[in-house]
Amino acid sequence: MSARALKADTETPVEFYLREEHDHPEGSSTMLGFWIYLMSDCLIFAILFACYAVLGGNYAAGPAPRDLFDLPLVALNTAMLLFSSITYGFAMLAMEEKKAGQTQAWLAVTGLFGLAFLGIELYEFSHLIHEGATPQRSAFLSAFFTLVGTHGLHVTFGLLWLVVLMVQVARKGLIAANRRRLMCLSLFWHFLDVIWIGVFTFVYLMGMLR
Amino acid sequence: MSTETHVEHEDVVEAHGSRKGYLTGFALSVVLTAIPFWLVMTGALPAAATAYLIMIFAAVQIIVHMVFFLHMSSKSEGGWTLMALIFTVVLVGIAFSGSLWVMYHLTDNMMPMTAQEMRQIP
Repeated sequence: MSARALKADTETPVEFYLREEHDHPEGSSTMLGFWIYLMSDCLIFAILFACYAVLGGNYAAGPAPRDLFDLPLVALNTAMLLFSSITYGFAMLAMEEKKAGQTQAWLAVTGLFGLAFLGIELYEFSHLIHEGATPQRSAFLSAFFTLVGTHGLHVTFGLLWLVVLMVQVARKGLIAANRRRLMCLSLFWHFLDVIWIGVFTFVYLMGMLR
Repeated sequence: MSTETHVEHEDVVEAHGSRKGYLTGFALSVVLTAIPFWLVMTGALPAAATAYLIMIFAAVQIIVHMVFFLHMSSKSEGGWTLMALIFTVVLVGIAFSGSLWVMYHLTDNMMPMTAQEMRQIP
């Protein structure tokens, strides 16, 4: 009854939706989307931290954190990651000032610090494995290698991404797309530093207190 | 999508962060990292007090990184990044504390691994 009245009043049928999607500028939602990805990555790390918290005390009569961890080495590693964070920050500042050369230089320094972090971590892992503290030794070591290894893998891919972006900037300059990509990597890189705060506090420092 | 509608959107990626902000964040991070390492390496305080303190330092340092390096604020992306962050923190809290709570008695029925554990059997 009412529908018919509606139709009688207006010539064309009433539509309650937009026929055309209004225009979104390119990349306008990238930063939010990337942030959502980082948050989901955060959940992966939360589960690995929870695994470590549950299994971290099960040494299976094997070595405990106190027997294995070398705190000065971890402090050095932490310093490397922290330095790489501030140098990436300087790269972003140079990018905002549209200085491509400076941006590249700071990105290269960041990459070197990241590489130093990975080198120290791989040295630590190889040292542990050489001592017989392999991931198969105990639940504690399985959880340890999974958590710290996943973080190291993230840093590895971050480095790969950094190199790709440096090539992109060298070829195309600081165009809008490249600046957006550098912003995403900035979030990723600083996010990995945040995760490392959890790792050195919860795994290494707390491990020495157990 | 026509090409003339999006020429070069200069303002899509808004600029934020200053040299002062990065340096402040870095200085705070160095202090907040150095103190926990110093506490654990020297054993200046009892173990329990050290544990609580370094966890507080870690929490503060995470907030410092969020503010000065990740530029979190209630205004970025119209508040949606903060909403996503709060949601994630809630999920992380549930997953982490829930796991610890549920798995607390995980090894109660296991065989004792050391002589000391053997003596503690009721």
